[in-house]
Amino acid sequence: MNFLRLVGALYRPTGVISRTYCPGATESCRLSDSLVEALSAAVGLKNISTSYAVREQHGKDESYHEPQPADVVVWPESTNAVSKVATICYDNNVPMIPFGTGTGLESGVSAPRGGVCLNLTKMDQVLDLHPEDFDVSVQPGVTRNALNSYLRDTGLWFPVDPGADASLCGMAATSASGTNAVRYGTMRENVMNMEVVLPDGTIINTAGKDRRTKKTAAGYNLTNIYVGSEGTLGIITKTTLRLYGIPETIMAAVCSFPSVQAAVDTTVMTMQSGIPIARIEFLDDVMMDACNKFGGLDYPVAPTLFLEFHGSEKNVADQAEAVAEIAQMNEGSDFQMASDPAQRKKLWSARHNAWYAGLALKPGSKGCATDVCVPISRLPEVIVETKEDISKSSLIGPIVGHVGDGNFHSLLIIDPDDPAQIEEAHVLHERMARRALAVGGTCTGEHGIGLGKRHLLREEMGEGTFNVMKALKHALDPKNIMNPEKVIPV
Amino acid sequence: MWPIFDYGRFVSIISSSDVYGVVWMRSLAQLHKMANLRVLVGVKRVIDYAVKIRVKPDNSGVVTDGVKHSMNPFCEIAMEEAVRLKEKKLAKEIIAVSCGPAQAQETIRTALAMGADRGIHVEVTGKSIDGDNNQTGQMTAALLDWPQATFASEVTKENDHLKVVREIDGGLETVKVTLPAVITADLRLNEPRYATLPNIMKAKKKKIAKHKAADFGVDLTPTLEVVGVEDPPVRQAGQKVESTEELVAKLKDSGVV
Repeated sequence: MNFLRLVGALYRPTGVISRTYCPGATESCRLSDSLVEALSAAVGLKNISTSYAVREQHGKDESYHEPQPADVVVWPESTNAVSKVATICYDNNVPMIPFGTGTGLESGVSAPRGGVCLNLTKMDQVLDLHPEDFDVSVQPGVTRNALNSYLRDTGLWFPVDPGADASLCGMAATSASGTNAVRYGTMRENVMNMEVVLPDGTIINTAGKDRRTKKTAAGYNLTNIYVGSEGTLGIITKTTLRLYGIPETIMAAVCSFPSVQAAVDTTVMTMQSGIPIARIEFLDDVMMDACNKFGGLDYPVAPTLFLEFHGSEKNVADQAEAVAEIAQMNEGSDFQMASDPAQRKKLWSARHNAWYAGLALKPGSKGCATDVCVPISRLPEVIVETKEDISKSSLIGPIVGHVGDGNFHSLLIIDPDDPAQIEEAHVLHERMARRALAVGGTCTGEHGIGLGKRHLLREEMGEGTFNVMKALKHALDPKNIMNPEKVIPV
Repeated sequence: MWPIFDYGRFVSIISSSDVYGVVWMRSLAQLHKMANLRVLVGVKRVIDYAVKIRVKPDNSGVVTDGVKHSMNPFCEIAMEEAVRLKEKKLAKEIIAVSCGPAQAQETIRTALAMGADRGIHVEVTGKSIDGDNNQTGQMTAALLDWPQATFASEVTKENDHLKVVREIDGGLETVKVTLPAVITADLRLNEPRYATLPNIMKAKKKKIAKHKAADFGVDLTPTLEVVGVEDPPVRQAGQKVESTEELVAKLKDSGVV
């Protein structure tokens, strides 16, 4: 277990006391029997577990931070049950960690101080669909694929697509984004209202109960305070989402470029031309090679752009033509298009499997996903510098990015048994984040702050702003029981 | 020119509970023109496949009130195949038919939004869910005395017949059927398109002809009675043992070895 402790130690930000043991690891639940009984009464006997296997499962996500189990896992089946659990935890100063699909990338569900993990997936209803108003409300157990399947007869869909089939409320909690954000926005733009249970059990609706308007100027924007709060301010039990019409036509295209600069310049020019591109994804040569091998494709191993156009048939043809011209101006080649659904799917599944494709380059390795976002005009220099930085190290770091938003990820592939590699990854990661901060960017475009980026958040925001965030955290969660040690250290 | 079977009588035969099929009819006067194929697609309104089914407390059936219903996924696949035939100019008209309560019209509208040209609704009252019986296509073919190719995972036109690849237990079987024929869809046949808003708008203007079973002189008195519906038995907790000896002893006690 030594490498895990080392990794854990490295990934904790400076200024925070490092834990030297993992609470709950192989240990039994540390909460009192009466507390566990009270929780059982609140959620029902079949909805509670203190088994170590279950707790460990709930203490980790898709990041490679070590699992940190809570002391007990509960499955509330209604908002009232969540409220009862919260009241019990508040009265006893016990931490609470909301859990959706466990598909996060920043260890948002780990429980460094133990406590109660609330698995909300039994609340799985789609409520209140209004097709004529383009809105729907969902409970935390509804994932984005489940919602889109539910909506298939209505001609509507929810386009935010972070890759994983994540819980929509979880996506709201982490302000998720994804490949479609360049056209449809992120969760920030698409959550209209949320029902939240506060740490003391009070149930609120961030925009008022049952309100669902396209816009409002009423009071403080509580909805967007909770979007991206990563479970540190309350438990989201319902979210009202903005829906869009399913595109009439979808066309995918791929284009190779002689250099990273050329590919990114093409992206910048496409955005600046006002073309409403739906997806524009950059894969560097290392990632292209990995995806070729993994997906059985045979694209040229070079910086590549994967594109997708949505609209009417004529519209899509015009968009594709315009982008093809821009690509040609930047010495792009092998411009291929696909409108057949089966071919398009093959293309995009290769991109969505980028994580696994990267890991498959070195079987047995682990991946450290980085995530920075900068103004689009600064993107070429940041990616080029990052690539140089990685190439000088001993690590492989394939790059994939939602370049239309100025957001990219480098997947640093490390041997988990080699502390030197772990350290190297950590250093590269920090440099990448600071490089982004230096050009007016952010240390996280979509994955969130979680456990590992708290110190970067402080740097990014500056003292004044950070203090406002701390004040907000204190006002809404005075006992610091909501997902403690994430986002804002208290 | 109409084919031998009166269209109205044909519809009256579809009175059983499951409709999975895609059916070709051919106009006798236009034997040689494949492009004049007309396709009848049965679409059924069933409980949505993503819903967790619950048995009613009185064990008389499953809960259907307030539960989301949508087009049977196999009917979606059949519809998609019909639309693709039309796009390839192998079929000229697609008619969606559904036997069911008033809400079945919503299902027909979805079929229209996917690309059917017109719909037929035969009003049949009383409960109906997807019984997974896999009999309607086969019964239809038998009653019409038409060839059938069921569990189709691939359908291609070859001269004046269809080549159909069927998913069977042992693997894949390829059959040749002359037209007209009954085809039923397997999951692997295609991936259905989603209805888009403009198509949903257009579908509102397409015609749905409404009929009652009585119009065709069909007697709907059931010949089957559902006596009871039960949940599967609750899974029993397992037992942990401390040693192989204990494991073997317990297996012997329970008569497994």
